[in-house]
Amino acid sequence: MPKDGGIGASSKRREDVRFLTGAGNYTDDINIRGQAHVFFLRSDVAHGTLNNVDTSEAEGMPGVVRIFTGADFEAVGSIPCGWQVTDRHGDPMQEPRHPVLAHGKVRHVGEPIAAVVAETLGQARDAAEAIVVEIDELPAVIDMKEAVKDGAPKVHDDLTSNLCYDWGFVEENKDAVNKAFDDAAHVTTLELVNNRLVANPMEPRVAVGDYSRSDDQHTLYTTSQNPHVIRLLMGAFVLGIPEHKLRVVAPDVGGGFGTKIFHYQEEAFCTFAAKACNRPVKWTSSRSEAFISDAHGRDHVTKIELALDGDNNFTAIRTDTYANMGAYLSTFAPSVPTWLHGTLMAGNYKTPLIYVNVKAVFTNTVPVDAYRGAGRPEATYQLERLVDKAAHELGVDPMELRRQNFITEFPYATPVAVEYDTGDYNATLDKLIEISDKAGFEARRKESEAKGKLRGFGMNCYIEACGIAPSNLVGQLGARAGLYESATVRVNATGGLVVMTGSHSHGQGHETTFSQVVAEMIGIDESMVDIVHGDTAKVPMGMGTYGSRSIAVGGSAMVRATEKIIAKAKKIASHLLEASESDIELKDGAFSVAGTDKSVAWGDVTLAAYVPHNYPLEDIEPGLEETAFYDPSNFTYPSGAYACEVELDPDTGHVTIERFAAADDFGNVINPMIVTGQVHGGLAQGIGQALMENCAYDSDGQLLSASYMDYAMPRASDLPFYSVDHSCQTPCTHNPLGVKGCGEAGAIGSPPAVVNAVLDAMRSGGKDVGHIDMPVTPARVWAAMHGAEANAARVGAVGSNAKPQPE
Amino acid sequence: MAQVKMTVNGKAASGEVEGRTLLAHFLRDDLGLTGTHIGCDTSQCGACVVHVNGEAVKACSMLALEAEGAEVSTIEGQANADGSLNVIQQAFQDHHGLQCGFCTPGMVMSTAALLKDNPKPSEAEIRHYLDGNICRCTGYHNIVKAIMAASGQDTGQIAAE
Ligand code: FES
Ligand code: FES
Repeated sequence: MPKDGGIGASSKRREDVRFLTGAGNYTDDINIRGQAHVFFLRSDVAHGTLNNVDTSEAEGMPGVVRIFTGADFEAVGSIPCGWQVTDRHGDPMQEPRHPVLAHGKVRHVGEPIAAVVAETLGQARDAAEAIVVEIDELPAVIDMKEAVKDGAPKVHDDLTSNLCYDWGFVEENKDAVNKAFDDAAHVTTLELVNNRLVANPMEPRVAVGDYSRSDDQHTLYTTSQNPHVIRLLMGAFVLGIPEHKLRVVAPDVGGGFGTKIFHYQEEAFCTFAAKACNRPVKWTSSRSEAFISDAHGRDHVTKIELALDGDNNFTAIRTDTYANMGAYLSTFAPSVPTWLHGTLMAGNYKTPLIYVNVKAVFTNTVPVDAYRGAGRPEATYQLERLVDKAAHELGVDPMELRRQNFITEFPYATPVAVEYDTGDYNATLDKLIEISDKAGFEARRKESEAKGKLRGFGMNCYIEACGIAPSNLVGQLGARAGLYESATVRVNATGGLVVMTGSHSHGQGHETTFSQVVAEMIGIDESMVDIVHGDTAKVPMGMGTYGSRSIAVGGSAMVRATEKIIAKAKKIASHLLEASESDIELKDGAFSVAGTDKSVAWGDVTLAAYVPHNYPLEDIEPGLEETAFYDPSNFTYPSGAYACEVELDPDTGHVTIERFAAADDFGNVINPMIVTGQVHGGLAQGIGQALMENCAYDSDGQLLSASYMDYAMPRASDLPFYSVDHSCQTPCTHNPLGVKGCGEAGAIGSPPAVVNAVLDAMRSGGKDVGHIDMPVTPARVWAAMHGAEANAARVGAVGSNAKPQPE
Repeated sequence: MAQVKMTVNGKAASGEVEGRTLLAHFLRDDLGLTGTHIGCDTSQCGACVVHVNGEAVKACSMLALEAEGAEVSTIEGQANADGSLNVIQQAFQDHHGLQCGFCTPGMVMSTAALLKDNPKPSEAEIRHYLDGNICRCTGYHNIVKAIMAASGQDTGQIAAE
């Protein structure tokens, strides 16, 4: 029976009413009396020496308040990087300075050079056109392998090269891994590209800076997944504002997918300029600006190899990856190809020896950082493509090869430094076979063939790691932050309560889900619980929402704070009921004495806490408010199996997604409706990456896919109804809710299934091409099937990054 | 600057605008109707869809002055008279057809326009019609489902929640 409230119920989302009626409060909806607007003049060349920025004519234009250039920020700190990776030789990564406004050099198209603050945005833009910028263009480095060659132009003149770090993991295993390859009965090798993407939350970034002279308080309203992190990074490292003088507010956030984790120059600028101009300063990104200023995602070039013994057991994996950092180190960029990628390379398999090498490279492109999944999609894609390729080389069923190598005993310590607590990979695979109707595939293939189309079935497994922790471990790995979460539960006299959580929602529905948990723990109606997030003045501390950590880490902090509330309320109840505390039971919102009919309602206890007339004042303080910090002892490990069915038109190369099935194990689930929605959204992004999305630069560093005309965003007609199941549940053993997290799974698990399906379709048409890179556009598929030569003429005509034409 | 007058959600509205002011900016900045969102600058995302004289229009692709004398309706005017959600809005909530909510006003306004012309659209017709409305959160599954439900169609066969 579906529940109608509490944990496990598909409660309707309370946030929906405001979003459906236009009453949401997004950052761009905030306008402060007297605000001025800023327009950023951005570099239109990828690499050059910035000789002069002449603002003299622009200064006199109508409405101009003040124009800022790099020189105004010389005394201001560098935009900081939050993670320091140590390379194979024990040396720290190379870490360049990242100015708020370019100074001396420009290093990517879109880097801000000057900022015009004016009465209106139109006036700011007009004045920016009158600024004269003198740049001596330098050769740009775009290709990673070119960038690390001797004599390549250097992105940062003060660094020794364009190599940020050369990371080996686990370095001590390297020789043993090489030996396993020497001894292998079969080796499968794959070279592939994990295509560069732009996260594209539908709400562009916005920042509004405000400053109050009366109490020397700065306020920044910003589109952020983690306002406390922005407060710390910007306050402490860039502007030198102590945290108690700086409030950061992120109201309703219109999607993030990682790209709103990071601290950006525009936030620091608006906060700085509000004081310098003595008036609020607002910036709203246009979509065109977003493409050249939001951190991009993925962009790995990898060679991966699998060694197998004579019985098809995996004996070793070896990888060699180039990871693009872009021109500067965005907040968590160095951690993505290393600790969020290398540690996942075991996947679902008991491969005893693994060695991962990652070279992170600076190029004259927009900085690259975490995008939904961050490192884990890259790991899953290479591994699951590799295993599929191995199965075809060996002539065995790809599902059975996976099954044979599954990890089946838990806890399981991988050779890449993590310990999976729970999982049941056979169960999710069995569920996948059922919900994908694998049995009916051959019949569907015949139907497609009767229409002159090819049909393919592809699948893969995945493992995720969410809620990266504990803090003392990640500190050793280079994190410059803790990765706990906090929650404060404030109960009011009449029994309603507010949870102030350091997690933040950018579409995940925390106001609903978090309320369900607390309401169930106390036994009160969900409507008695309010969730407050996204404001450093209201929430004591927070690390925010990313890495599918909110319920596993933020939810756990909330549970711990609620447990403290319940413990104190029991003390009060025992006094009111004149019974021993150990005999008090809380059920359905009432405290009773075990084995009697004596009870007192939740509301009577909360009233007593604030009107303590009959109250054990000598034992406990009045009031009912508790805070907890929760630092997890391990990651959580969701897992699953996904299957995709495609139809391919051999005449055009056009691929359509006909069916997609996802069987996930997220441990316990709080709100199944919301979890299913998270999987849907992740699938669309993963399928988008596999099928159509691509962020492309030309060799001069011009971004070719810089608007929705050129960057193929998945539309409703590109996607099918999905079949999603999360009934396989192996609860997490180390957090109080037994939850694992679900936000990124869809994006991690889906790209290999799509590509495996496309290759299967081609094989059924007599073309075994071995591999095809994402996105599998019609031009690429057609070229793979008909040969590169035939394609050259065709690509010249239609462009290789074009969105597939609708039929 | 020029004077512009129109009717917005049944009420007279006017303001001083520049020739280049877009209807989307006039609604948001001058009238404070911030439910109309701006998600792109190439008229492709559909976050800004409103109705002008009964037709769905991207408010970022029309100048405020072009709406002189027009009847404009926005997401703020869609709920029932008693403030409850209308059939489309309620279907979006019931079927979890929104996550971050940023595309949602445009989705609701486009749906209203679709159902006016085609009261029982098929799945394929819905997906085709939404070509001008991008959602990055939901993967469209629950949006399509909500639109089918709002038009009184059985959604029981569509994969589970
Ligand atoms: S803002 Fe109008 S279509 Fe994107
Ligand atoms: S709900 Fe976020 S873009 Fe559609």
